[in-house]
Amino acid sequence: MSQPVAPATGSGRIRTPLPFPTAAKPAVADTQLRANLHRATRTIRAKRARVVDEVPDWEALRDAGSAIKADVQRRLPELLEQFEASATAAGATVHWARDAAEACRIVVALTRAAGADEVVKVKSMATQEIELNEALEAAGIAAYETDLAELIVQLGEDTPSHILVPAIHYNRAQIREIFQRRMADAPADLSDEPAALAEAARAHLRRRFLSARVAVSGANFAVADTGTLVVVESEGNGRMCLTLPETLISVVGVEKLLPTFTDLEVFLQLLPRSSTGERMNPYTSMWTGVTPGDGPQDVHVVLVDNGRSAVLADPVGRPALSCIRCSACLNVCPVYERAGGHAYGSVYPGPIGAILSPQLTGVADNASLPYASTLCGACYDVCPVKINIPEILVHLRQQAPHPPAERAAMRVLSWVMRSPRRWAVALRLARAGAGPLGAYRERRTGARTLRRLPWPASAWTRSRDLPLPAPQTFREWWGKQ
Amino acid sequence: MVGKAVSARDEILARLRTALADSPPPVEVPRRYRRADDRPDLIETLVDRLEDYRAVVHHGIDALPRLLSEVDRLAVPTDVPAHWLAGYGGQLHRDAPPLSPAALDDLDAVLTGCAVAVADTGTIILDAGPAQGRRALTLVPDRHICVVRTDQVVGLLPEALSRLDPRAPQTWISGPSATSDIELNRVEGVHGPRRLEIVLVSPDDEVVPDGPAGGSGA
Repeated sequence: MSQPVAPATGSGRIRTPLPFPTAAKPAVADTQLRANLHRATRTIRAKRARVVDEVPDWEALRDAGSAIKADVQRRLPELLEQFEASATAAGATVHWARDAAEACRIVVALTRAAGADEVVKVKSMATQEIELNEALEAAGIAAYETDLAELIVQLGEDTPSHILVPAIHYNRAQIREIFQRRMADAPADLSDEPAALAEAARAHLRRRFLSARVAVSGANFAVADTGTLVVVESEGNGRMCLTLPETLISVVGVEKLLPTFTDLEVFLQLLPRSSTGERMNPYTSMWTGVTPGDGPQDVHVVLVDNGRSAVLADPVGRPALSCIRCSACLNVCPVYERAGGHAYGSVYPGPIGAILSPQLTGVADNASLPYASTLCGACYDVCPVKINIPEILVHLRQQAPHPPAERAAMRVLSWVMRSPRRWAVALRLARAGAGPLGAYRERRTGARTLRRLPWPASAWTRSRDLPLPAPQTFREWWGKQ
Repeated sequence: MVGKAVSARDEILARLRTALADSPPPVEVPRRYRRADDRPDLIETLVDRLEDYRAVVHHGIDALPRLLSEVDRLAVPTDVPAHWLAGYGGQLHRDAPPLSPAALDDLDAVLTGCAVAVADTGTIILDAGPAQGRRALTLVPDRHICVVRTDQVVGLLPEALSRLDPRAPQTWISGPSATSDIELNRVEGVHGPRRLEIVLVSPDDEVVPDGPAGGSGA
């Protein structure tokens, strides 16, 4: 084979168009957005904590989940071949896509082959990642999102801001307004009660479900030994799409594999409690190829690389492929809670996005994301598969390109800090230089900090305050006691 | 297109093999989690979980005739046990030949059994086995009445998985359809059945020989 076999980075909606601090600025200033996010993340955090605390073997489940995923990564090529053989034997057709564009071309061709000019969609991060809706539209195929939050985002001509709840940035009044403006069959007297909004979505999509010929889904898990796909959902829109149409096309990242059907006993305990904070989500569907007389008779699976091979190639960053997209890390992250999902620029926001997006694209293309974190570690504590997100963040920061001024400053600092004598002298000098300034700032602002430094250090203070040295060091104070 | 897909396959597999050039060591999966639950109150736990999801639970096969008396048009799988329908006076719609989605949408309720139920999570699992029918049957009608035998109830998820045929299409149901998409508050009733009713029966109630019922086909 003459083609290069080096792992390749991916494309699609995984690249932040603006540096994170720039993109976060309007979000942080939007008080409505911050109130919505604050309320939603607090609600889900409390629910998760309650249902996780009642499981006596939670840590044992996490250990098993983490190990199963590590094993999958180690054996990924052979497990993919096994999945392909099992699914094919059960009547599915397996396709492979190197990148986002190739995956979109396959879905468009399959939809056309089925003679359809519209598809109903189950919420899927993979199809958001590859920008499938845009590709379908360009090919003259209408794509209808059927998950309530995806529907809100699609009607609002917006993009998702959360892995689980793409419309988390809207409150009920804003959702009612979007429905009244964009949903032709919304009742004139629609209230902003969540039950009424859900009812409007049900009525809006009912006919479409009953007449759809092609559905597009993702998958939460793909089981290698049986060829089974699994979709975890709440509303029943997933069941509608996975059951009623004649043709079903599922877009699945290659990392979604599990070795055996039995392994689901671990992940179907970890995922719902971490994700929606429920003991179990209302509906889970599993299908293995084609079942005569039951569900779609034309079943396709599109296995997508799109940068996953590049993530796999980094032994430190590799565990990012363990992610089961539960979004627990988003819900506990102080940075996500304030900046919201759009600031991350990628379909994968929050702590997991800050490591996954730069690895999928190559760090140089998403260099600001590994810094979108305080390294507080809350994400690691709640991760159901124990991805050490802070460790990978630090690892990626080391790989990110650094401006010459920063590199020079770090070289000087490292020289100073290598010797206790030089460090003590430097501290004394800094204190002498900053002494009156520190006292002045303390009088003016109540804190011994500077808001802005002159260029090039201004880049550093754009999103941080610079603390000024204390009037005396701890050692000096100790010496006097 | 086929030729292209094959080459994408080979290229992706080759990329992944290159990515694993560091030969990560074998992984031992620690399975120290609970595989079985010997709690004495399995049924109480199941009921508690189901009611937490706002499913309605009835006790005993005797509850069924009263429930069905409220149903004008009832869908059933072809192999529904005859005695479940004893005395049913409404329109019975058997899924043979298969009812179209539009026809199912016009019915008031569906009556099925299940394969297994998990107490710990309040989950009813259907795998297209006896008295369950195909997936569309329990999806489109707005009310799902499901008969669960107490000997079908297990404590934990791992116990349930070992009873299932992985290759059969499965639907796991934990309460009526719901969404948490608006401010992350749970609301019941979206696209799936908005009413889920469980009839818990003892295995002794089910000694009547199974077989296709003779009720009035629609």
